[in-house]
Amino acid sequence: MAKAARSREKFKLGSVEIETVMCGEGRPLLLLAGEEQLEFDHPFIDDLARDHRVIMPSPPGFGRSPRPDWFTNTDDIAYVYLDLARKLALKDAVVAGFAHGGWIAAEMAVKDDSFMSKLVLTGAYGVKTGGPYDVDIADIWIAHPSKVVAMKWADPARGKRDFSAMNDDELTVVAQNIETFARYCWEPYMHNPKLRHRLHRISTPALFIWGEKDGMTSPAYGRAYAGLVPGAKFTAIADAGHYPHLEQNAAFMKAFRDFIA
Amino acid sequence: MQAWHFTEMPYPDLPPLETLSTMRVSIPSKLFDPQRGADLYNRYLDEYMIADDLGLNLLLNEHHQTATCIDACAPLTAAILARQTRKGRICILGNPVANRGDPIRIAEEMAMIDCISRGRLDVGFVRGVPYEVFAANSNPTQTLERLWEGIDLAIKAWTTHDGPFNFEGQFTHKRAINLWPRPYQTPHPQVWITGSSDIENIKKSASRGLVFATFLQPHEKVRWMFEGYRSAFMDTGMPGGGGTAYMPLVFTADNQADAEKGAKALTWYLDAKSEPQFTNPPGYVPVDTNVLALKGKFAGRTAAMRNQSIEFLKDQGVLIYGTPDDVAAQIKRLYNLVGGFDHLLMMQQAGHLDHKSTVASMSLFAREVYPQVRDLPRTRALNAKVAAE
Repeated sequence: MAKAARSREKFKLGSVEIETVMCGEGRPLLLLAGEEQLEFDHPFIDDLARDHRVIMPSPPGFGRSPRPDWFTNTDDIAYVYLDLARKLALKDAVVAGFAHGGWIAAEMAVKDDSFMSKLVLTGAYGVKTGGPYDVDIADIWIAHPSKVVAMKWADPARGKRDFSAMNDDELTVVAQNIETFARYCWEPYMHNPKLRHRLHRISTPALFIWGEKDGMTSPAYGRAYAGLVPGAKFTAIADAGHYPHLEQNAAFMKAFRDFIA
Repeated sequence: MQAWHFTEMPYPDLPPLETLSTMRVSIPSKLFDPQRGADLYNRYLDEYMIADDLGLNLLLNEHHQTATCIDACAPLTAAILARQTRKGRICILGNPVANRGDPIRIAEEMAMIDCISRGRLDVGFVRGVPYEVFAANSNPTQTLERLWEGIDLAIKAWTTHDGPFNFEGQFTHKRAINLWPRPYQTPHPQVWITGSSDIENIKKSASRGLVFATFLQPHEKVRWMFEGYRSAFMDTGMPGGGGTAYMPLVFTADNQADAEKGAKALTWYLDAKSEPQFTNPPGYVPVDTNVLALKGKFAGRTAAMRNQSIEFLKDQGVLIYGTPDDVAAQIKRLYNLVGGFDHLLMMQQAGHLDHKSTVASMSLFAREVYPQVRDLPRTRALNAKVAAE
């Protein structure tokens, strides 16, 4: 796969500035990365860039987007991304979100999905499905770090990141991402109590693609989440954890492309 | 120099430490025997009352969900001591306002204790050690911002006497704030704060006249922090007081062998076990420190003092032990190494150190060491304005 040239652009949206990585030409695909931002350089982006204009923004506090003091939750990001969609005059766009990016996509869709043609959520956070004593989304901050990797990856060896190969600038982004994720998602833990009551507003066809071995957001959680979105479909990917698009990319891409076609 | 007695009120009767993954946050309470707990609470309170009789001041703190400290609510212990002691100053170091999230409730509690003790209270505020964010479920980011908003609001509440005011800040919203009682001391009790690395925060503390305290840090780092504090004195003057405080582990004995035995018992505290996720929750330390952590060059703020020999800790000024003259000499050495300090906060009890040994050590300190160090000059004289007055 030839690597698609990425461009980085900064957009000023109200008082907020965000950096957006873009590549490819064609139907707009707003691709909302997970909190670890493992997607930007992955070859599946190059595949999608063959027939899509892939737009990958970084929320304030992630990547190289500055974080305003007043930014405290995922809902705040949704408004900024809706501003971005308007600025880019997106129409008939596919919106795909992974993990935290999936939550952002859902928060956007309940507010305004008029520019969306398809919505794909993978390992998304955002809703509470059980009771007050149920830990719907595994708590990555109270668990031992070695267990967290095993929650996210069917093959935990895939989850090891080689920080020694990164320079200080790259490590600063990693550290900033970790901090910002906690800022927005610590409490309520990985969800917005209001969101589940708003999901009925989504009219865009939606697909939930989930790893069968997702130990962070279980397939049962994914099915329950999908059940809250009118008409949403659910597809499980075998031998994949929380990041099926990275761990079983071929199976993911088949499900993804079939749905957005 | 003022000397303070301190214990974290440990619950040391745990299974062998090698069988535990942590003593903090997730250690099950089936390991806490209420009968034993009752004995320990009363014993530690007795020791504070003895310290008061000996002429020492009384320092308290609180932690949550941990066997290293069963004082889970320091205002309660301070209230007990306010009523049961007569002489010593009482300081909570500190109120975890960044985690507790209700500065006005804290201001009320402190005002009450100040009145009951007839003005013997100093009020510390802390942002809380890393593992505290789990028990409080407070966001590990913006802890300093919450700390300062809480301190400023508490002081405003203590010093407003003309009826209610409203507050709509970044983290706290309150209607009709109108403290009853007001503090016994006017304008308000001396405020203390702690720190271990953030020099700008230390300077901010100095410029507002807060006492700055730091715990169990190597003397070179203590000097760096205290110099930052003193430089801010020089730059800004010193409104309303201030000073510096340092906490080592301290054990005083009649002979070297007993001193070493007591010192080793105290290091139980330094070697307390915890799981890695509790030592550096996301966003607790600045991004550049977490870059070091990703490189494997930072493992928590107390890592350097863990599992070290008592000789190493003595050299660092973290552990002071010996016969009375030896202890006095070590305090003077530390005093000179760090450029002087005003409050010696002595952790004189930790781990399995029993009542008899604890009382023997603190009594010997009060009788034979304190007279040798009490008159070391307060570093506040370094302030140009105060020195001129």
